[in-house]
Amino acid sequence: MRGLERIIRDHPFFAGLDDAFCQLVYGCAKNVRFAEGDYLFREGEAANRLYLLRQGRVALETKTPGRGTLIFRTLNTGDLVGLSWLVPPYRWAYDARALESVRAIAMDAACLRQKCEEDHDLGYDVMKRVVPILIERLHGTQIQLLDVYGDPV
Amino acid sequence: MAIQSDKLALAHDPMTPRVMRVLKRCHDGPQTVTLDIEPGDSAPFQPGQFNMLSVFGVGEVPISLSGAPTDHDRLRHTIRAVGPVSTALTRLSKGECLGLRGPFGNGWPMQQAEGHDVVLVAGGLGLAPLRPAIYQLLSERERYGRITLLHGTRSPADILFHREIMAWRRHRNIDIEVTVDHAPPDWRGHVGVVTRLISSVPFETGNTLAFVCGPEVMMRFAIAALKDAGLGDETIYLSMERNMKCAVGFCGHCQFGPVFVCRDGPVFRHDRLGGLLNLKEI
Ligand SMILES: Cc1cc2nc3c(=O)[nH]c(=O)nc-3n(C[C@H](O)[C@H](O)[C@H](O)COP(=O)(O)OP(=O)(O)OC[C@H]3O[C@@H](n4cnc5c(N)ncnc54)[C@H](O)[C@@H]3O)c2cc1C
Ligand code: FES
Repeated sequence: MRGLERIIRDHPFFAGLDDAFCQLVYGCAKNVRFAEGDYLFREGEAANRLYLLRQGRVALETKTPGRGTLIFRTLNTGDLVGLSWLVPPYRWAYDARALESVRAIAMDAACLRQKCEEDHDLGYDVMKRVVPILIERLHGTQIQLLDVYGDPV
Repeated sequence: MAIQSDKLALAHDPMTPRVMRVLKRCHDGPQTVTLDIEPGDSAPFQPGQFNMLSVFGVGEVPISLSGAPTDHDRLRHTIRAVGPVSTALTRLSKGECLGLRGPFGNGWPMQQAEGHDVVLVAGGLGLAPLRPAIYQLLSERERYGRITLLHGTRSPADILFHREIMAWRRHRNIDIEVTVDHAPPDWRGHVGVVTRLISSVPFETGNTLAFVCGPEVMMRFAIAALKDAGLGDETIYLSMERNMKCAVGFCGHCQFGPVFVCRDGPVFRHDRLGGLLNLKEI
């Protein structure tokens, strides 16, 4: 098995991936590294890649008037970075910055979308992996919005 | 002699506040103050118990003990100013007097936890009622398995007992993860909800007890995450808050369904609350 193929199979996002799908996905993937402080992507840019973290921590952040930059989520080894590649207009809605040295699998989003379009079984498999992450982040955001530790005064 | 024993009886009347002096006041985060109060003849307390603290002319509120149960020189309470009484308490200075009744309620199940892993989930000020349990777990470290503290709070500036958390991390046999809802760019810790930390802890299900304390919404989500991680309802304990008056089970002010929080709690095993936590009407 090729090195990258093994890495893809070992990543929790692709756990239990079918052999044939792995071949398809492999064609869209490559290994990348980021140094501390590097941006994986920035708000407003085209969401043409997604990242599967193999090691390291990434901050998702946004600039807020009067409060400067705020981190609203950190992602760790095993996590998927970026969801905006999934739906038009394929544009990042926040910055993603490496908080430490990061190793990741970068997937070409257009390539993956096309393969999903061509093979709906693959598309359904990918959706079943992405949607739980979306829901988990939505629930997390919901709790954050409630500001449960907030100041009642 | 008769007068003396009357005085003694009065001193132990749970409805009569004893007048105590503040020994020390220290700031512990936004609108949060820790008061050290002279103990007088207070009975020893169990981690998780609370006292009724009163500011004369303002009112009386339940506040958990947040210090070490073995510290007999002071009663420590950590208070967040949210309304008239709590604000008045946080404004007391060294040497000023307050009223104190207690300790009341049950405590965390320290004995049941012996021989088990313990995971403590603290949301915001919920770390205060858990701190005595942490002291006890650490001072009798060999009696317990793996100890994990997961603390969620609003921002890095709101982390309660920050220095102490760092010291525990450095010196003690306890795994600690802190997460905040949002952070400035120089923060190196987790950002996200505390429930996310729960899913990253390796639990030995069947051998783990969870102690949960924090805002009720956060506790609901934390309990769901603990159950998803394989913990049974009978292994999850939470500390409930309700407004109180008598604190001794007379007035019904703290009623929560069939239980009185002051008398039957504030610490409850989750299965004994029978789903009440999810009822809107209660
Ligand atoms: C068993 C028990 C242990 C407690 N331990 C502590 C403790 O260690 N430290 C501490 O600071 N508080 C603790 N509390 C909560 C504390 O008793 C209340 O914050 C206090 O009663 C508020 O009274 P108040 O007159 O200051 O405000 P109120 O006028 O009663 O309330 C003012 C505002 O604050 C809100 N509020 C009331 N209680 C809370 C609360 N618990 N959390 C958030 N907002 C609230 C009200 O909805 C209202 O909007 C405990 C409560 C119980 C039942
Ligand atoms: S406060 Fe009176 S019964 Fe609980």
